[in-house]
Amino acid sequence: MNGATDHFWEKAQRWEELVEQCRALALDVQFPTVQAWKQRTGGQAVGCFPVYTPQELITAAGALPVNLFGARGQIDIDHADSRIQSFVCSIARSTLELGLAGHLKWLDGFVVPSICDVARNLSGVWKHNFTEGFLFYMHLPQNVDSDAAKTYYRGELERLCDCLSDKTGRPVAEAPLRKAISVFNRNRSLLNELGARRSAQPEKWPSSHIYAIVATGNVLSREEHNALLERALALGEASLRPKRDAVRVVLRGAFCEQPPLELLEVLEDAGCAVVDDDLQIGSRFFLEPVAETGDPLNALVEAYLHGTVLTPVNNPGKRSRNDDLLDRCKKKGIQGIIFASPKFCEPALYDAVLLRRAAERSSLPTLEFEYEEKMSVFESVRMQAETFVESILFFS
Amino acid sequence: MASNYQFQNTGRDLQKDLLGHWYKRLEDAPKTGTPVAYLFISGNICELLRCFGFEIVFPEVNALQCGIKKVAGNMILKAEDLGYSSDVCGYVKNDIGLVASGNRGPFGTMPKPDLLVCNYSGCNTYIKWFEALAELYGARFFMLDVPYRRTGETMRPEDLHYVVKQLEQLAQVCAEISGNKFDMDKLREQLEYARQAEELWVKILHSAKNRPSPFDAFFEAVFFMAPIYVLRGTKECVDYYQAAWNEIEERIQHNIGPLSEERFRVVMEGPPPWPNFRNFWELFKRWGVVSVASTYSKVGGIWDFGMRHDPSRPMESLAEYAVNCYTNWDWSLRRSMLERYAKEYSADALVIHSVKSCRAFSVGQADVREHFSKVQGLPTLFVESDLADPRYFSEAQLRNRIDAFFESLEHRRMASRQPVTAAPTKSGSAT
Repeated sequence: MNGATDHFWEKAQRWEELVEQCRALALDVQFPTVQAWKQRTGGQAVGCFPVYTPQELITAAGALPVNLFGARGQIDIDHADSRIQSFVCSIARSTLELGLAGHLKWLDGFVVPSICDVARNLSGVWKHNFTEGFLFYMHLPQNVDSDAAKTYYRGELERLCDCLSDKTGRPVAEAPLRKAISVFNRNRSLLNELGARRSAQPEKWPSSHIYAIVATGNVLSREEHNALLERALALGEASLRPKRDAVRVVLRGAFCEQPPLELLEVLEDAGCAVVDDDLQIGSRFFLEPVAETGDPLNALVEAYLHGTVLTPVNNPGKRSRNDDLLDRCKKKGIQGIIFASPKFCEPALYDAVLLRRAAERSSLPTLEFEYEEKMSVFESVRMQAETFVESILFFS
Repeated sequence: MASNYQFQNTGRDLQKDLLGHWYKRLEDAPKTGTPVAYLFISGNICELLRCFGFEIVFPEVNALQCGIKKVAGNMILKAEDLGYSSDVCGYVKNDIGLVASGNRGPFGTMPKPDLLVCNYSGCNTYIKWFEALAELYGARFFMLDVPYRRTGETMRPEDLHYVVKQLEQLAQVCAEISGNKFDMDKLREQLEYARQAEELWVKILHSAKNRPSPFDAFFEAVFFMAPIYVLRGTKECVDYYQAAWNEIEERIQHNIGPLSEERFRVVMEGPPPWPNFRNFWELFKRWGVVSVASTYSKVGGIWDFGMRHDPSRPMESLAEYAVNCYTNWDWSLRRSMLERYAKEYSADALVIHSVKSCRAFSVGQADVREHFSKVQGLPTLFVESDLADPRYFSEAQLRNRIDAFFESLEHRRMASRQPVTAAPTKSGSAT
């Protein structure tokens, strides 16, 4: 990836060219943009395990938040097998492998939120194996409707601020935090715009392409990613793609560990227009913009407790995951739901059962399969997806 | 030398009676109009719920009972028929299978919940479990969010404050559902009973420092620990631990333990494979292996380092207890605990039984093996199966690994000229 340091998106002339470059960057386990950013700014890079890590604080501390979504199938699990058993999800094992194999030497710290049993225990394994750089374990409140959760989560945010200030030498002050919130709001707004265009014209904005564009946000600063997204929106609009018959589907389950890009291509080839998904949700986990006025920490607290995109790892409180999914389907004219859960991901696998029941009660067709980061054979998924599409097109 | 005296097994037999009566009360709850709450074992706040007259169902204990009575396999298959993956927790699937079977298990028919209290201590799967039950039963769900205990000698006051505030909210919910007012005196009385039972339980746990250890701190502890997790806060629970302690004292006096001869002392990490419990124990018995400390017996609460329920600080001590369950501890604390056990209980080895079902327990155990075998220099055996799903128990494979491990330990002893008294027997049990 040689365009890492030179704002490659500015030079891209065509949508396909930009997608290709984004794809290469997203899969590059050398994290060239992160290393270049560090060299350029002298700042620190802080890894964020999915989901809901308050990256605004890291930006406000002058550091670069880097979303670590595992190795995306690019390396073999070798060293990590001696630390974490094989019946554990790929993202935990491959993230650890990235570290043990020396791909994360640039990492100055790692924030792991309490999203599941594996993430929680991974934080301990990480701390034990990597003494350089800090490990910050963060408890995300699950009793979201309790007033006590507000105070508690604010305390967690303050604790992270203190840790970041201590490590970067730069206090997380209100003004830079407000600015960071604004930049992240802009990022989510651009991502939402990309999603809205995809929903309106899925053939013009293929999900496998959008995925690569979104993925670069994990390894670029948000300002850079905003510029890239603006360029992407312009290039995408100008691209010409033939209209094709496809069924409109939503994809659920991929909020943490990511499927291989080929899986998305296979679904598209089979006739699925993925118009809504929870892929890489770590980039866009609030439904509404975070308040840019008032106390910024309180704004983040409010956004986390009441405004998150619902995933299997945050208790919805008074909200309902079933209603949320069915409402989305209704609003977006969804014809079928695909539950794609990472193998061994307990939260996704549990939710798939309940959501599927809800979908069936609403007569929405569903398809369910599991994937792994290093999956390389897609024929079974292709066949299932083709059958799914045909059943919707011909019998629904 | 051990005497020929045979102990009376009061600890196990009385425990069976107590649990039998408790299950009968649960079965009768709908007839008596008693409100029913479902609760998890780890860090459970049963004393608070009993203040409002709730009978308490522990789905984990039901799952365990199904495992040991060998019906878990069928229950799990029923849940898989409903769409649950083969890779998720066997306890959860066992419980879903029970729901699909009219809640009827080997222990009787369980009443439906009026309240589901998700006391989430050290297990995110708890949340997914009760979210499912809330939907299947249409029951009220209360999330008692218990933060993970991280590194440090002291508990974080903000964690405890957060839990206390939620307990106060839970008390309001309990009053609303049960129609009963909160009675602080009743809570204090129960906490005093809890404290007394904990004192006795800790004496039993510490007794394993004796040589020979008077009881097996894993294979027997799983029976001995049941009352403190499900009936804590009652007088009958205190009476049980008094009787159990009397038995332990008797064993110490007669210099006997669970096996006719104690040849290896081990610390056990991880839960047992319930559907194959007896077979698993036999694999160790034949080598004269006695567990002198275990982490599974601390899965519901860690008292052996001084923590107690305290009637003078009712809500605070409930919160402290909820935070202090084994799987709610950060790995650095867990490792320190294992190191301390190995040293204080004079262990010859560490045995890790890693189960697929419980990632809260197992993720990181391989790292622990690395630490103990390579850094601490303590021989460490690592075996895998499951706590609920019989499909993951491969006896031949386990036997090979266990035999190879203790054979090499024996050779090591011989090489260092320590006396080895006898060859392995087919069954070394004196019980």
